[in-house]
Amino acid sequence: MSDSRFLAFLQRSRRSRSLVVGGLLTAFLMISALVSLLWTPGTIDIVIANRFKPPSLDHWLGTDQFGRDIVTMLMVGTQNSIVVAVVAVSIGLFAGVSLGLLAAARRGWTEELIMRMSDFSFAFPAILSAIMLTAIFGPGGVNSILAIGLYNIPVFARLTRGSANAIWAREFVMAARAAGKGRLRITFEHILPNILSIIIVQATILFAIAILAEAALSYLGLGTQPPDPSWGRMLNEAQKLMFLQPMQAVYPGLAIAIAVFGLNLLGDGLRDVLDPRLSRKR
Amino acid sequence: MPLLHVKDLSIILSTNDGPARAVRHLDFHLDAGETLGIVGESGCGKSMTALALMGLLPEMSRTEGQILLDGEDLLQKTEDEMCRVRGNRLAMIFQEPMTSLNPVHTIGHQIMEPLRLHLGLSESDARAETLRLLDRVGIPNPTARIDNYPHQLSGGQRQRVMIAIALSCKPDILIADEPTTALDVTIQDQILELIQTLVQEEGMALVLISHDLGVISENTDNILVMYGGAAVEIGQTERIFDDLVHPYTQGLFAAMPKLGRARNARLITIPGTVPDLIHMPTGCTFTDRCPLASDICRNTPPPVVEVKAGHMVACHHVQEARHRKTEELFS
Repeated sequence: MSDSRFLAFLQRSRRSRSLVVGGLLTAFLMISALVSLLWTPGTIDIVIANRFKPPSLDHWLGTDQFGRDIVTMLMVGTQNSIVVAVVAVSIGLFAGVSLGLLAAARRGWTEELIMRMSDFSFAFPAILSAIMLTAIFGPGGVNSILAIGLYNIPVFARLTRGSANAIWAREFVMAARAAGKGRLRITFEHILPNILSIIIVQATILFAIAILAEAALSYLGLGTQPPDPSWGRMLNEAQKLMFLQPMQAVYPGLAIAIAVFGLNLLGDGLRDVLDPRLSRKR
Repeated sequence: MPLLHVKDLSIILSTNDGPARAVRHLDFHLDAGETLGIVGESGCGKSMTALALMGLLPEMSRTEGQILLDGEDLLQKTEDEMCRVRGNRLAMIFQEPMTSLNPVHTIGHQIMEPLRLHLGLSESDARAETLRLLDRVGIPNPTARIDNYPHQLSGGQRQRVMIAIALSCKPDILIADEPTTALDVTIQDQILELIQTLVQEEGMALVLISHDLGVISENTDNILVMYGGAAVEIGQTERIFDDLVHPYTQGLFAAMPKLGRARNARLITIPGTVPDLIHMPTGCTFTDRCPLASDICRNTPPPVVEVKAGHMVACHHVQEARHRKTEELFS
């Protein structure tokens, strides 16, 4: 049964071009992060003798002003971006989805309170609130994760509450209540499975946004701290060498672009496959 | 003591335009194994009454009176207590089988849930019982069907599944709110017959809600006719059909299309529309559409007159209504 459903899923997946391309790009990202755990082409240690080496067999994309291998920096930076994004999105996912489900199940003042609080936190631009948080608690990887995660909570809370309310109004929920099921039970048995696809798609897109936000924070010096490599900080360091070594800025920029592009395509494709009603007409 | 006793039930919905009395001073009772039909047109309060019995009224509503199940007032119970009553002692079948099943779960899963919840059956026992229930409600090849999703079933089959869910915990009372309205005419009879058989075999009481007098006349012991949120006529089905009294009941009867009528004859209708629930007349709710209405009807609530044993009518003009022919009243 589940085998044939999985096959049907794969069949539908092949039809969506954005899912295939997005999936491949995302897979490329994940694989390079995984590979870097075991093996890297060079080192990220500072070797001043190697500074500003042009691309060669030893250093595929050359080295930077400290003699660090750029490909290695990018690969290890991928790890960093993925960890930040996964943790931040998980924070937003668990807290936001729980709050949204609670709001839809309880209605009344609980819903009011949760929704007004998320309106409130929405009023601050994400980057601004992240800067504020890191300014208070000090820069660093963990704080940037928290800042991005906190920003994700109201996004998920609103989306979940909105789609959950639509399901609560459906007749099968009334039928479930008539069968004597309580609100908690209905939430997990009827509401959540029906909005799961919407949440998955949103998580993919927020994953991309989290990578972007981490790069922005690191670029500003508020995110990942040296010596851990990060795409954002590589951009920052390359900025000073713009005219000397322009390609040094292009590589991390390209990495960010590929990651965000791939994840967005993946989200779009997943929406086409998981929730045909939401997909745009082509 | 009757199994279910509804005493002076009123349901008030708060709307933006003020309170709307969807049900007014409703009284009826139901004995074990009895079948009661509630008839009336859209907006007369039939479905609200059903939801009140289940304790599933919308949040913006308030109730007065009592609903006594074995002497216990359901309206006083907490949500948790009602969860144990619903599905277990009272079960309900809805109008729309197309949307009453959750699209993401198999039908087997959805039948098994209440069994495990209320009867505490194990997974394998619940599955065996589900197979038996599917067979009972006439789903061919239950072992294959149990793992089907709702979209793989036809409307009639889905309503059969809904009936299986409602039956699963052997409730005392089954409430069927227009169970055949959304189905093909050819399927309607089968479903009604199925409900009828199961109710008799299990000894359940049935509340059958419909706007179709034909459906009600064939399937019930007693009838309650509602108009504008109030009961206008109640009694044994046979007696009421022998002796239609209330002008509204007569109008409903006259409005049924009949075979053998002249080809180009127009269908009979009751003139006017259902009264606005917010601005109800103080007297009889049917006043504005009633051919017999007089001044007293508008301002004084009608007395409840017992025409024959157990046959009650709420009307100021019972004698006149009884002696006029239906065809004269509505033509």
